[in-house]
Amino acid sequence: MGSTNSTLSKIPNVEELMEETGFTPAHIVRLYDRFEALDKEKTGHLRPQDFGAINRLAMNPIGDRIIGAFFSPGQETVDFHSFVRILAHFRPADKKHPKDPSMPEPVNSRTSKLKFAFQLYDQDKDGKISRAELLQVLRSMLEMQVTEEQLESIADRTIQEADLDNDDAISFEEFRKVPLGRARRLTYQHGPLQHSAPRILSQPHRK
Amino acid sequence: MVLLAISRPSLASEATGNGTEHTITTLPIVIWKWEEIHFPYLVALWVLVSWLCKLVFQLNPCLTRVIPESGLLICIGWVLGGIIYGADKVQTFRLQPFTFFFYLLPQIVLDAGYSMPNKLFFGNLGAILVYAVIGTCWNAATLGLALWGCWLGGAMGNIDTGLLQLLLFGSLIAAVDPVAVIAVFEEVHVNEVLYILVFGESLLNDGVTVVLFNVFDAFVSLGGAQIDAVEIIKGIISFFVVAVGGSLVGVVFALLISLLTRCTKNIQIIEPGFIFVLGYLSYLTAEMLSLSAILSCTFCGVCCQKYINANMDERSVSTVRSTMKVFANGSETIIFVFLGISAIDPSIWVWNTAFILLTLLFIFVFRFIGVFLLTWILNQYRLVPLDFIDQLVMGYGGLRGAVAYGLVLLLDENKYKEKKLMISTTLIVVYFTVMLQGITMKPLVTWLKVKRAAVSERTLAEKIQNRTFDHMLVAIEDISGQIGDNYMRDKWNNFEEKWLYWLLMTPIARKSCDPIFNIFHKLNIKDATSYVKEGERRGSLAFVRNENKADVDFNKKFGADFSEMIRDSVPSVCLDMHEQDLKMRESEDFDAHHLLQQHLYKGRKQHRHRYSRKQLEVNKDEHEVQEIFQRTMRSRLESFKSAKMGVAPPKKISKHLKKDQPQKVREACTFSSFPLVFITIFLEFSEGDSASGYEAAGGSFPMRAYRGAGIVNPAFMAEMDTMDPMPPMQQIPSWLAETEVDSSNMVPSQRAQLRLPWTPSNLRRLAPLCLSTHSNDSFLLADSPATQEGISELPPPPPPQDGQGQGTHK
Repeated sequence: MGSTNSTLSKIPNVEELMEETGFTPAHIVRLYDRFEALDKEKTGHLRPQDFGAINRLAMNPIGDRIIGAFFSPGQETVDFHSFVRILAHFRPADKKHPKDPSMPEPVNSRTSKLKFAFQLYDQDKDGKISRAELLQVLRSMLEMQVTEEQLESIADRTIQEADLDNDDAISFEEFRKVPLGRARRLTYQHGPLQHSAPRILSQPHRK
Repeated sequence: MVLLAISRPSLASEATGNGTEHTITTLPIVIWKWEEIHFPYLVALWVLVSWLCKLVFQLNPCLTRVIPESGLLICIGWVLGGIIYGADKVQTFRLQPFTFFFYLLPQIVLDAGYSMPNKLFFGNLGAILVYAVIGTCWNAATLGLALWGCWLGGAMGNIDTGLLQLLLFGSLIAAVDPVAVIAVFEEVHVNEVLYILVFGESLLNDGVTVVLFNVFDAFVSLGGAQIDAVEIIKGIISFFVVAVGGSLVGVVFALLISLLTRCTKNIQIIEPGFIFVLGYLSYLTAEMLSLSAILSCTFCGVCCQKYINANMDERSVSTVRSTMKVFANGSETIIFVFLGISAIDPSIWVWNTAFILLTLLFIFVFRFIGVFLLTWILNQYRLVPLDFIDQLVMGYGGLRGAVAYGLVLLLDENKYKEKKLMISTTLIVVYFTVMLQGITMKPLVTWLKVKRAAVSERTLAEKIQNRTFDHMLVAIEDISGQIGDNYMRDKWNNFEEKWLYWLLMTPIARKSCDPIFNIFHKLNIKDATSYVKEGERRGSLAFVRNENKADVDFNKKFGADFSEMIRDSVPSVCLDMHEQDLKMRESEDFDAHHLLQQHLYKGRKQHRHRYSRKQLEVNKDEHEVQEIFQRTMRSRLESFKSAKMGVAPPKKISKHLKKDQPQKVREACTFSSFPLVFITIFLEFSEGDSASGYEAAGGSFPMRAYRGAGIVNPAFMAEMDTMDPMPPMQQIPSWLAETEVDSSNMVPSQRAQLRLPWTPSNLRRLAPLCLSTHSNDSFLLADSPATQEGISELPPPPPPQDGQGQGTHK
């Protein structure tokens, strides 16, 4: 489509991006439109408050953490490439490409999604989810009637369950091992015009 | 639609009155006046009986779980019909088309329009129109042609019909029926998009049905020979005229209603009545002009809901809502009962097995084919494709109902020799779809999803993980693509703000259209009522004024259900300090699983199907979402403050609603509207029962409005006096200006005080509800350990956004 091509040409290094992330041109264009819509001051970068403008994120208990995950440590802004790269983790999986063990992990593999989720917990980026970090996440995800004692108890038990090497923290390997009971398709439906609740279509995931 | 004269049934066995005919010879003390009043009496009696039927089967809840209400009502109708038939040997009561179309249907449609979730509806309008128009045409055409083919092939025996008649029959039975869809989908909770597609289709296909019906009826009258290209073109044109014209009539009436409610401030007593009268008039007007009445009524409701809800007083709004539900539900009940009764009438039954069975088969098959085909086409253009399961449910949800029955009764017997056959077939189809498909719909929906569910979560870690992923996916979805920033939508919003608000809403309403204010206001009312309730429960409102002992038991507030279950293990949310300490010791071994189960926030996709006909609101979801929102805002404020502590107060706090002040907003320093917006949004926000959705907006408004608003919450007014009357645009929430504890005079919401975590570890948070000049905002209490943690861990404090682009109306 004409408009796709013209938009694509506005984006620098777009082929590289598509190659790396596996998005189709149409997807990239949509994401670009979305990026521009969020970037109200047209700086070419997104800042946290631009994300803050998304109202529905405020309704999400871990919304702010997710916003944070878009920004690499130390960075104050995110440009389009990084934006797309992160969203690429959640791109629907390719059905066409056969699983080739010698190739590097595709960017939207299950592992990268889990890594992203791990980041949400591990705010200080030390590679482990400490009890305190877990407690924070729990606190944000539980309703307010739950008392501190209860929260701490839950956190303790969770660490007990998941922590295999007894270091009182959850490393990424241990994190991976937690089975997602309800098998889920860890993708999102993206599109600026329609919004519908994602389905939990699932085939049981085997690790 | 063709009007038929009502053939009013008269009871054969009634006793004839004697008063009016004979000359009296002596003063009668009491006269039997049946003759005079029998008509209204019968009407009222039937209404009563129908509604009692609803009561009858509610007594047996397991029955209602299996069979949808509509099915049960039909069954009771059969029973009643049998009784009457047995008594009179002729079916004296039937569903007359006129009664149905003019007295029973309009309120259902009006209610559907008025409580339509607008965002969802207009967001999916394209798909809805495709299904409604093309889908219905497809259904009608294929059914008619298939039946014709079978007739030609001799499968049906000797019936006197022709292609056009069969096409007509196809067109009236092809339409998905709104009444049946509402009735069945109500009880099956499918996701919002699916619901709106089926429901929207059922409403909008009336345009097509009317046209097709009239066109084919006219063609049958003209005879096959007269049909040439001109007539066909006229038919197509008439479709556009009817559909668009009907919608326009509805919009005009919506404008009228909105304008009217603008002026009815002084007659609030009958203000609600206007909605009903004008809604009904829109229906009748469209009918009079031979346009699509259902479309007119629907669009009337859809377009006016936002404005009248804003203009009218709250009591009027709730009156309108409740009354609409009563009417709509009542009509629906009556319709189904009479659908049952009408069946018990041998005079209408003509049985032709082949015809009936073939009709059923074709309806089913062609519906599915149509849905799959259209969805396949749509999915090329839709950015969120509909998956297979949804398509299945949509196909299966193509229920036919009373509208088809009403239409078939309107046929002229002389033109349609096989009218009786068509009536019988229609009845069978309606019963089949409503009862069979209704009964199996729920199991089907559950089965399709359950089939793929795996083992339930066994460990805490799993549970938490799952939930985290839920939230994460929802968030990514929101970040990557959402309705809000659509060009058209923005344009419409601008237009609306500029012109429509000015025209259609009272000045007060315009101001308070600001959702923040709305929320704030609702919040205060809620707080006040809950306090009174609590006080009454305890025998006096004295507790409110007691500063030292804050022992309000909020157990009741948060739902007795879970508290009953975990009452023994989890301490109830009681603010009595002494009790609390003791209980904490005992509660070491509570069931963590249970706790998680109860208290984890549900992801957004689990909030399904809020648009219920039977209930007016769904509170739980709103609650949760509000709470999350509050916390997010609070934490953002937290992080903001922690990063910018000690800096000079912001120059510009406000966020401007009007677009004509962009420069100011742009120049706002980094401390501008963001925190204020969030502080005030702090309170609550509602998804909007009028589906207006959340719109981040005006920071200063709530401040100003709170002072000036008529809603005075007496318990809390004491706080207000200390607030400086600053010019609205520069009002700084005091907890922003200073970080000290004693600064806050204005507490945004008493609810916020209440809702702060009730952990006994921090007693200061549990200060009483009013009369203190302390800020009870725990986040100002910089010494609290929990919040300190929270501060350091949060993502870099988002400096405020400019308010400009926040017209993201969803």
